[in-house]
Amino acid sequence: MTRTDGDVIHEDLAAGVRDVTPLMLGIVPFALVAGIAAVDAGLTLAEAVGLSVIVFAGASQLAAIDLLGSNAPLAVVIGTAVVINLRMMMYSASIAPYFADYARRTRAGLAYLLTDQAYALSIAEYERNDDRSRWRYYLGAAASLWVVWQIGTVVGVVVGAGVPDAWGLTFAVPLVFLALLVPAMKDRPTTVAGAVGGSVAVVAAGLPLNLGLLVGALFGIAAGMVTEVTAS
Amino acid sequence: MTGGLGAVVSDPRVWAAILVIGTLTYGIRLSFIHLFGRIDEVPARVRRPLRYVPPAVLAALVLPDLVTVGPSVAATLLDERLLAGVVAGAVAWRTENVFATIAAGMGALWLLRFVVLA
Repeated sequence: MTRTDGDVIHEDLAAGVRDVTPLMLGIVPFALVAGIAAVDAGLTLAEAVGLSVIVFAGASQLAAIDLLGSNAPLAVVIGTAVVINLRMMMYSASIAPYFADYARRTRAGLAYLLTDQAYALSIAEYERNDDRSRWRYYLGAAASLWVVWQIGTVVGVVVGAGVPDAWGLTFAVPLVFLALLVPAMKDRPTTVAGAVGGSVAVVAAGLPLNLGLLVGALFGIAAGMVTEVTAS
Repeated sequence: MTGGLGAVVSDPRVWAAILVIGTLTYGIRLSFIHLFGRIDEVPARVRRPLRYVPPAVLAALVLPDLVTVGPSVAATLLDERLLAGVVAGAVAWRTENVFATIAAGMGALWLLRFVVLA
């Protein structure tokens, strides 16, 4: 391993950028959809970009856009988006020991960039290769995702504004969720959680305030936990 | 369906949602990265339900967009969005690829909407 201070880009930073590149195939269409859905729901370009920069979490952004577009109450919009992002608490706990030696300010910055992909890549690399500069590798992967996500959102807003409604481009929103859902149902309890959560949400779709979503999610979580207990 | 690039006036409701969701999401991301040293790991009482959040929430988001309970079983099942969703679901299961899933689902929707059911 050669590291010279004269390099323009540090080797570990470059490794993070390189390793995250194949994942862009999944990120780019996701970001485009976030932009298209935002414009379709009546958000301005500034609001769409603000959402992408300030929240920077795809699935929750799409859910928020969806609910804002159907005039759901703010509490429901916020509650839904935050529940979707709760999984990141697991990532935060899991990656925390690797960042424990860094200054508080550094950790605060690294936390902002935490995503499913940056987490999964970095944890795998830390366990494989102890020589890597942890923050540099993470920054290479996470900041690349950030840049591509922001560009994709803007392109999506511009493209989405020019496409006729008949094409049904916003149908891509449930398709993105579907692509995330399938791998999340990886064993019996998680599959039951998805099946119950989805079914209850369909039946409860007529509830006021878009509460069907939260009711479905709660039933799904409970069903998963019950299945876990009865299986063991 | 208003707004888009032409919309000039921002909705304060939207910015309120963005700021609150952003702040809470950042808090979630920072939580244990900040706390580590004081707490070693997520308590089991928190960890157990968290495991079921992704499948339950994602399914509750997806299914109502694909399934509308119609006046008859046939009307419910022969919906273009449900049929396209089934195709996309099969592709998601085989490939676990977001791009392939979107392409298959949109392709199936357009085929049904503009060719088969037109």
